[in-house]
This record gives sequence, C-alpha cells and structure tokens, in this order.
Amino acid sequence: MTINPFYFKTRLHLVKLLTTKAKNPSELLQGIRIVPVSSIYYHTHRFLRQHHYLSPEPPNDFAFWLTNILYLRELGELFAGVDTVSYKKMEDLRSAFIRILEGYLKRKAPSAECADAYKFHFMSCITFVLPTPYVAKNPEEFMKILDKVSIDSLYFHIFEARMRLERDENDFSAWFKSMGRIKTAQAISNIDPYTITLEGLRRKIISIVSADAAN
Amino acid sequence: MLRIDDYIPIVGQGVTDELRFLAERLKGRKIQNINSTAVGGGVAEILTRMIPLLRQIGVDAYWDVIRGNDRFFAITKKLHNALHGVDIEILDDEYDYFLEVNRHNAAEMRHWGDVVFVHDPQPIALVENKQNIGNKWAWRCHIDFTRPQSDVINFLNNYIERYDSAVFSAPAFSRDLSIPQLLICPSIDPLSDKNKDLTTDEIDDVLQTYGIDQDRPIVTQISRFDYLKDPIGVINVYQRVKRYLDCQLVLAGGGATDDPEGMQVLDEVKEAAASDPDIHVLFLPPASDITINALQRASTVVLQKSLKEGFGLTVAEALWKGKPVIASAVGGIPLQIAHKYSGILTYSLEGTAYYLKQLLQEPEYAGKLGANGQEHIRNNFLITRHIRDYLLLFLSMYYEGDVIDS
Repeated sequence: MTINPFYFKTRLHLVKLLTTKAKNPSELLQGIRIVPVSSIYYHTHRFLRQHHYLSPEPPNDFAFWLTNILYLRELGELFAGVDTVSYKKMEDLRSAFIRILEGYLKRKAPSAECADAYKFHFMSCITFVLPTPYVAKNPEEFMKILDKVSIDSLYFHIFEARMRLERDENDFSAWFKSMGRIKTAQAISNIDPYTITLEGLRRKIISIVSADAAN
Repeated sequence: MLRIDDYIPIVGQGVTDELRFLAERLKGRKIQNINSTAVGGGVAEILTRMIPLLRQIGVDAYWDVIRGNDRFFAITKKLHNALHGVDIEILDDEYDYFLEVNRHNAAEMRHWGDVVFVHDPQPIALVENKQNIGNKWAWRCHIDFTRPQSDVINFLNNYIERYDSAVFSAPAFSRDLSIPQLLICPSIDPLSDKNKDLTTDEIDDVLQTYGIDQDRPIVTQISRFDYLKDPIGVINVYQRVKRYLDCQLVLAGGGATDDPEGMQVLDEVKEAAASDPDIHVLFLPPASDITINALQRASTVVLQKSLKEGFGLTVAEALWKGKPVIASAVGGIPLQIAHKYSGILTYSLEGTAYYLKQLLQEPEYAGKLGANGQEHIRNNFLITRHIRDYLLLFLSMYYEGDVIDS
C-alpha cells in the first residue's frame, strides 16, 4: 500500500471584534443566533489555546461569563457541560446553545443583568493555516515529530481541522485510517480533547501510536 | 541592540520561526507606521522596540512621525481627553486646523507604504489620501474608547470608516463601524529593564534602599498617583488585612511634578499612610524601571485596584514575574486574568481584602495562580505575540474570508 506522507501544518488566529454584545441571557441568545459561525468556534475554543497549560482548563467563554459575571451557575454549568466533541458541525453546536438558552428562558429560571463594563462581547477570528517543515512517512516518524511540533500544530490537526474546517474527523485519525491502522485511528478519535490539556493530549496520542508501533 | 533570537529562550524557537515565516509572506511590501511623536508615550516606546525587530525578520517596516506645532498638539490633547469622556468643547476652527496640519503632513510625505499603519487620532486624517494612493490602510487606536464625547467620535468616524481595518486594544473599545475591527492587545517586553530577570542582590539593594523588610509579606501596587488607581482604597484594603496578618504595603509609582492632581493624590496618600511605618509610599523619578521590576519581584502579592483602566499592563508585568495578582475587573484587566485560574478579579474593597487574606495565608494556591499567570502572559502578552498579530493584520489585508490557507 502506498502511504501518503503526513504534512504537519499549524495555524494562527487574528481576533475580530464584532459589534454584538449581551448583558443578560436573553441578549446572549440573540447574539448566538446572529453571529457568524466563526464566532461560535472562537468562543468555544479560545480557552483551549490561551490556557492550554491549565488543568482543569476553563470552560467555553459563554459558560465562563454566565457563571462568573452573571452568577447564573446552573445555566453556566449547562453551557460548560455541552459535549463539544460530539458535534461535527459548528452550526450544530450553535443550535445546542440556542436550545439550552431557549429552554432556560422558557421556564423563567433565575436571570441576571450585568453592568455595561461586563457585557459579553462577541468576537470571531481569522484563521491562517501555515505549513511547517515537518513531514512523517510512517508512525515512528509521526511520533518523533508530534513530540516536538508546536502546540498550535497539534491544535490545528485535532480541533481546527474538525470543527473549523468541518472535516469528518481529526487529521491524525484520518491519516492512520488511510494506512489501514483502524484501531489506532479509532483510539485517537475516542479521546475527548476538550477535557485534557494540550500537552496531555500530545502525550496520550504518542502513547497510542507507540502501542500501535509495538504490535 | 536586541535581536529576535534573544527571545528564543523565553518563547521557544517555534515562535520566532513563525514570525520569520509570516515576514516571508510580506516580502516586497513596505509597511509604513505613522504616529505623532518619536519619543515619550506608549506608542513611541513600542515602535522603538518593534521596528528594528520587524526589520531583522525581513519586514520592510519603517516609521514616520507627523509634524505639528503647539496649537495642533493642544487640539489633539483636547481630542484625546474628549475621547476619554471628558466634557470639552472643540471649536470648528480647531477641527479645521487639525485637518490643515494633517493635509500639510500628507503633502510632505515622500514615500507611502504598501500598508499605511496609522497610530491614534493625531494623524487619522491622512487617510484622505487613500483614494489617490490606493494602498492598504489600517488605523490603530491605543486609547480607551468606551465613553467618547459624541461630537468628537462623530468627527473621527468620518475618517475611521475610510480605513480598511481598525485595531483596538480591548473588546469594550470597539465601535459600530462598517469596516473590520480587530483585537490586538498591547504587550510587555520581557527583555526590557522593567521585566528582565534581576539578581537577588539587585532586588535586595532596592528593598534596603527603601527600608522594606524582606522577612514579612510585601503587598504592592505599582501605579502613578491618580484617583483612578484608588491608592486610598488600597490602604483601606491593607488595613482590613493587617488586623489579622502582619504584612507591609508598598505603593510605588511616578508622576509628573507639574500635575497638580497627582501631587494632591500623593499628599493624601502620604497622610493616610503617616501613622503606619509598614506602609511605604514611594514617589519614583522617571527611569525607575529597575526599581519597579525589583519591587514587583520582591512582592508576595501584587494589587491593581484601579477604578478605571486602559489596558493595565502593570498586571501583565506582575504576572510575568510569577506573582499572584488581585486586580479590579476593569478595562483590559479581565483579558489578562481569568478569575481563580491566573489571578483574582475583584469588584470591591471588601472582596479585595478577602482574597488578599486568602492568598497571604495560602501561599501554595497563590503560587499556582502566579505560575498560571506567568504562562498566560508568555502565551498572550509578550512583544513576540504583538509582532505576530501585526504581521497577521498586514497579511489579512491582502486576503478575503475567515480561513486563509497560505
């Protein structure tokens, strides 16, 4: 079988400010409905990159704001509990947030409003995809490279590829699948990357590939 | 002269490689920065450090300064204050003169860049030449824009809207504009005197000079003596904590001796501190960066209890030194601190005192906040990230869409 090499890429973000703001759950719902999908992506993934060294990592921006600014702990927890990894498209994730807010507002649960200074500011990002000099031609090379590439590269192939570029699966799993290494591909796909630090994720993937190489 | 590779031990080679890669994509494009002063102020400070670094990585960046007389700068000072929300009347002939000076500078400009990057309101009307020149134009606002005087912002909007992009330092400063608005936060330079590593001897010398006891906890706020930094509130917080925990307070900062309000605040602070030898009020002369650095490094906890703040880079400075920081959730501070992850955000004197007691008594927790804070600054608020964002901004002007596969 011909093996296509794996070209490691990386990504950088430039943050865009949108003019949509929210000061209560109702305005948050309006905002989530109308902002571009890149904004939903930004607010559900920003912490992963900016706080990648933290364990546990903070949840998505919506959950953080609801919990720490509006002190709506139940609603914040509902947002934090959304199983991001189970969504294949950002629009589906947006719908999940809308459902939570609609349900919450419908049952007239506790609400709150913040001062202007603490409003939720919707943002989005421009993603720049860049090549790196690293190319793996087999699992051994893949492990060695994965051990040294930047966190941004790991982030790109796991999160960005699937949720931003809406590929069916993360790039690593797709590559192992293309080589017929289905178990390895599946094991990488089964990781919930949202509840582990990026360094932890790097170690976990290397250990999966290492076990595969040993067999 | 600093070299870009000097930053590798701090941010890693991957980061400097990325900068070179992005710079390569800008090859052949001239990046012209324009502001209104070559020395003094934050804009000149960052450009002084950034332009040589940009040139080292291969970006054809240069910097022009517009010229104006006392009348022009008196008007731009009024504009600046009005943008900060101060109620000031600006007369029609002052607007006219502002435009006249901008037009005169435009006529004298010899080489326009492929990207013209204009900083702050003073040179904003240069964009009138955009149609003739046909280049890319970005406007960078470095100031707090949350409550601008309406007639002034309406006047400026006529010009802002002609740019291709506007750049702000915090989300709260964004405006209702038809052009793309980008968030690029300010940064600190880890190799500057204010932030570079110091030896224990250097730190000890500063503490000895000011009679600060190294054996007891030191709580510090670094800021100029200004009501908006709430130094009296900080003394109140300290007094609430001092009842239970033996500690010292350091209030240190500079200020202009010809600023009557600053001297008044200083006098009030000295009076409030007079009865307690453990409160050290230090009015520092200009060029005290090493002293400030040492005081931050010697601190047990750093406070920034501002009532209003632009971006509040003193927070980034303290976090960079691994210090636990308790700061007000105002201006750009919430971007630097995620509450209980990389520091503490507070909203009141009471809350600040509560968390100060907690951090002084739980050094392990305080240490974790400080360590997380330092990593947050390393990843998001160093000059290398600032350079990267500027390179991305310049590149973004040549592409469409939200995903750019270069």
